[in-house]
Amino acid sequence: MTIQRRTMLKGLAAAGVAGAAAPFEMAAPALAQGAPFKIGLMTVKTGPLAQGGIQMEQGLLTFLKEKNNTLAGRKVELVVADTGGNPAGAKTKAQELVEREKVNVILGPLAAFELLAITDYILQTKTPLVAVAAAEDVTQRKANPYIIRPTTTSAQCCHVMADYALKELKFRRAATISEDFAFGHEQMGGFQRVFEEGGGKVVKKLWPPLVTPDYTPFIAQIGNVDVVFSGFAGSNPVKFMRAYADLGLHGKTPLMGGWTFLDDALLKSLGDEALGVLSGATYSATYESESNKRFVAAMQKDYSSLPGGYASGMYIGGMCVESALALAGDKSSDGTAFAEVLHKIKMEDTPRGPFTIDHLGNAVGAVFVRRCERKDGQLVNTVIKTYPNVSQFWTYPEDEFLKSPVYTRDFPVSKNLEN
Amino acid sequence: MNLWLVLAINSVTLGGLLFLLSAGFSLIFGLMRIPNLMHGSFFMLGAYMGSAFLKQGLGFWPAALASAIGMAVLGGLVERLLLRRLAGQELAQVLLTLGMSFIIADACLMIWTGDPIQPATPPDLRGAVTTAGLVFPIYRIAIVGVAVAMAVALWLLIDRTRIGAMIRAGVDDAPIARVVGIKVSQLFTLVFCLGAALAAFAGVVGSPYLSIYPGLDAEMLPLALIVVILGGAGSLLGALLGSFIIGFLYNFGQALFPDLAYVILFVPMVLVLVLRPQGLFGRAAL
Repeated sequence: MTIQRRTMLKGLAAAGVAGAAAPFEMAAPALAQGAPFKIGLMTVKTGPLAQGGIQMEQGLLTFLKEKNNTLAGRKVELVVADTGGNPAGAKTKAQELVEREKVNVILGPLAAFELLAITDYILQTKTPLVAVAAAEDVTQRKANPYIIRPTTTSAQCCHVMADYALKELKFRRAATISEDFAFGHEQMGGFQRVFEEGGGKVVKKLWPPLVTPDYTPFIAQIGNVDVVFSGFAGSNPVKFMRAYADLGLHGKTPLMGGWTFLDDALLKSLGDEALGVLSGATYSATYESESNKRFVAAMQKDYSSLPGGYASGMYIGGMCVESALALAGDKSSDGTAFAEVLHKIKMEDTPRGPFTIDHLGNAVGAVFVRRCERKDGQLVNTVIKTYPNVSQFWTYPEDEFLKSPVYTRDFPVSKNLEN
Repeated sequence: MNLWLVLAINSVTLGGLLFLLSAGFSLIFGLMRIPNLMHGSFFMLGAYMGSAFLKQGLGFWPAALASAIGMAVLGGLVERLLLRRLAGQELAQVLLTLGMSFIIADACLMIWTGDPIQPATPPDLRGAVTTAGLVFPIYRIAIVGVAVAMAVALWLLIDRTRIGAMIRAGVDDAPIARVVGIKVSQLFTLVFCLGAALAAFAGVVGSPYLSIYPGLDAEMLPLALIVVILGGAGSLLGALLGSFIIGFLYNFGQALFPDLAYVILFVPMVLVLVLRPQGLFGRAAL
């Protein structure tokens, strides 16, 4: 694999262009019909978040290769920007993509704090954006009309897992453990709300810092529960599951988690400690659709890796752009019109199956409950139940859901904690 | 209670790993006065190299040794070709080692991609000790054994050999050591190689339970820094004691006051810096 590094020019250029007069208003009319449609990918290719970031790029490249760089009859051009995985970098790269590269649409970024750092700028510059980052409020209480998210909010899959734990597995006592940051809080909050409203009790909530070399002190506190629900992301699940097994809990207290906890792309880094772990995701590499078969085969061939949520998120993001291009036609270069069309797309054959976009910009589609198993020596996430048409509001009415505050460490309020 | 026992045992095992990590850092800092910000990178690169050797079919301990030797060579090159030119310029050295740590991190990302790697535990040390409802992995207890053996070996080297005497002389007062005919410059290279090798060894030994992933370097470096500041630069006993103190603070801090885990880790460092800047076992600067 090669990593192409863009030169230092970009920083200078972005600064230079920012000084010039009203650069982006000119962009749309100046584009002649037939000029390539420019896609800017914001990803992370350096630093600790690079694993997911590299997969995002691979997913999008796979899609564009399959389409021969032509979407809905129009040539597309891809500009890739490496944000470095931090908010300041995301802001700089968003400016560079919009003002210097004059992209028509942005795909990405990876992390919630990156998306939050640029959402105001996206609104100001009227740039359509197709996100993977999960930050709830971007499609909820502070919905941005220029952003759609064809993947999932933080809690969307966790609502489902709570329902499954209660109804199918009859679990009643749960402990939650996740990183102490917004993505973790929102995931655990979603699980806790549905689990407790359905009669379960979350008796322990553990919040290790994002950087935790050894999870033993936390695992030792879990105590007597039916299930441990986790929202770890990045490489943390690998460390966590090994420590969990080392302390003799694997096979004793079942583990469940959100999509990042056991992403398909993580399977090759894991061993027996992952067997039996349940995870909820909007994508499964084993999903039987035509486009997914093509996608998985191409990823195996070109990158010899199994695609997970990040790669599929961008492949599907590319499909959304294609659909919107077909619908918007001549108006594709107008940011506002294109963003409006993005909200109206109805996707049929995608690697995650059919889905639509709700009026706030988030996907409504299937969520899969998957169990990690060993087949022919390889770990796979087998889908054991599919919840169709899951919205970001779960089964709650939208207005009621939006009236309560966004999920945090302290919301929903915990009444059942034990020491 | 079960929890406390697990925490106590885990504190000791983490302390063992931290000693392996920070002994080299302490020697380099003590003798050469170089705050080597590459130390975490040596740890991570060593772990990656170890995993590559394991993939080639080497056994676990030979892989750890091979990785240590490889890193000693790399460390020697860095010292001879880069750091040497900046002798005495602390700021330049800090910036150089910081820059190198970024380069190493991105090189690792390119070679090993971002996917986390988790080498298997050595076959003889798999499984867990189960007593009185308490389960604890054998491998982690073995790490303590390795750390103690390493501590004894290093102590013998520093305290009982001629080279050790020369290193001690260099740590105490490099100019005078030069005057009496000790080739301090060669010592520098030797100690830097040794420090790098120790970090790589620790990386391989720690990898079955820490796993290897981009960012591991930045997680380990502050821990080495705290241990050495607490224990005193250049003091092996200080590094040993500092490691176990941090091991206990880390485990009990995270369990009892998870919100303050890092405060608890850094407060002793601040106190030591204020009250006893040379560290618990370091000697005051001359």
